[in-house]
Amino acid sequence: MRRRRTLADFLYFEEETGAEEQSVERSSPEAENNMSTEVGPFIANTEAERRLDVHIFTVGELTKYIKGMLESDELLGDVYVRGEVSNFRQPTSGHMYFTLKDEAAELECVMFRRENAALSFIPEDGMKVIARGSIGVYERRGRYELYVKELKKEGLGELYLEFERLKEKLRSEGLFDAARKRPLPKFPRRIGIITSPTGAAIRDMLKIIGKRYPNVHVLISPVKVQGEEAPLEIADAIKLMNHVSETLYPIDVLIVGRGGGSIEELWAFNEEVVARAIYESKIPIISAVGHEIDFTIADFAADRRAATPSEAAEIVVPDMRELKKRLETLEIRLRQSVLKKLEVYKKRLESVERSTVFRKPTEKLDKYRQQVDELKSRMLAALSHHLKLKKSMLQGVAGKLDALSPLAVLGRGFSACLRLDGSVVRSVEDVSVGDAVRILLSDGELLVEVKSKSRRGA
Amino acid sequence: MELSFEDALRRLEEIVELLEQGDLPLEEALKLFEEGIVLCRFCNKKLDEAEYRVEMLVNEGGEVKTEKFEWDRGGRQETD
Repeated sequence: MRRRRTLADFLYFEEETGAEEQSVERSSPEAENNMSTEVGPFIANTEAERRLDVHIFTVGELTKYIKGMLESDELLGDVYVRGEVSNFRQPTSGHMYFTLKDEAAELECVMFRRENAALSFIPEDGMKVIARGSIGVYERRGRYELYVKELKKEGLGELYLEFERLKEKLRSEGLFDAARKRPLPKFPRRIGIITSPTGAAIRDMLKIIGKRYPNVHVLISPVKVQGEEAPLEIADAIKLMNHVSETLYPIDVLIVGRGGGSIEELWAFNEEVVARAIYESKIPIISAVGHEIDFTIADFAADRRAATPSEAAEIVVPDMRELKKRLETLEIRLRQSVLKKLEVYKKRLESVERSTVFRKPTEKLDKYRQQVDELKSRMLAALSHHLKLKKSMLQGVAGKLDALSPLAVLGRGFSACLRLDGSVVRSVEDVSVGDAVRILLSDGELLVEVKSKSRRGA
Repeated sequence: MELSFEDALRRLEEIVELLEQGDLPLEEALKLFEEGIVLCRFCNKKLDEAEYRVEMLVNEGGEVKTEKFEWDRGGRQETD
């Protein structure tokens, strides 16, 4: 808990630092009002006061003190209040003034134009709302007020419950399991983006991707990102992207998301049908819904959550300039490593060249030549010896052959009888009377007719 | 199938590391060096092939088509 500040602390503090501006600003008339009630150091007005030892404030001083007390309180600096709107009015200044009330009390509220411009609805009397803001003091009226920064329709509580219920259900089914989260491709060639084609989100993403890594193909599937049809359109677009990836050309990664908005506007990304489509997608998905503080069911189901669409664009592609630098470094390392290696070999070569062999290169060569000559003459000698041997063997065999030749037998007066087909007649049975036969003699042959035949000894 | 940029870059890194370890025979080192230079050229070429295509899927009577997506490339900032 904060230490309660005393009046003296407060005045001292005010003087030392100048008017410490509290977090809540009012429009200009009130700001001027602040100036007029500036509190000086406390000075006792009369002798009586001094004697009684009491402080008597001006209304402005006291109010200033009260303002300081309230506006320095931590709880009151950022507080949620549930209540019903009454006495709502919005003059031409654009600021909204209303009272929040319940059975027990009323609270004056102001929502300045700057804050209420982003409201997706106009408050009405009787509307149940949750306001978020800070308590401040409107000194001129001596009134504390809630300076509203955010205003939501009541029923949000039910949305939160629904969110928690669905989150728990899908978690228990394993839709958010870390084990099933797929890594994103490092160098995607085709990126699918599922978002509104008209929002700032798509333009921001396209700009960032184009700047970081322009050699990609971006396919946009335009969808409504809020409203009743949004969840189904988003889920269908995820399925369509998967279909295109399977049939037309591969899509490496998907971004599903939208820019910032109220929780109601982001609600499509909390729908079960979207979570299941993300879970079933074969293509890895980056969710990119709203701002850093917005967590949706889609974020839990996605393979990767980007805090914003712009961050998704940074995540989805590498930075071309960094890649180029990396390649450059690799090429330098490549060249240097080989140059170093060549240098080593060059040194080795030089040291070898300095050795004896290379200084008198002919010495060794002559030795080799001599060796070759010697081997050659030895080979020739062996060869001619072998030839002589074979020749004498041949002569011996030829003599034997001569002795066995039939021609030599004919020379000794024998003759051979052949039939006309060339077969030798060995028996009288081989021929018939009247057959012609050939008689071979040493110097020619005779053609003879068989006149008669008789068996020896018959 | 054509070599992907990712595979080429990974192989290039592998080659550089192999060469830097320095215990390869010269012929093999030179062969790797040549491959590395080819990969460097390939990767640079891939990066320079920058063609930013932005298209939108449209459903024409059940048939999915793509058409060019027109968007403001300028620096003008708008709130959603």
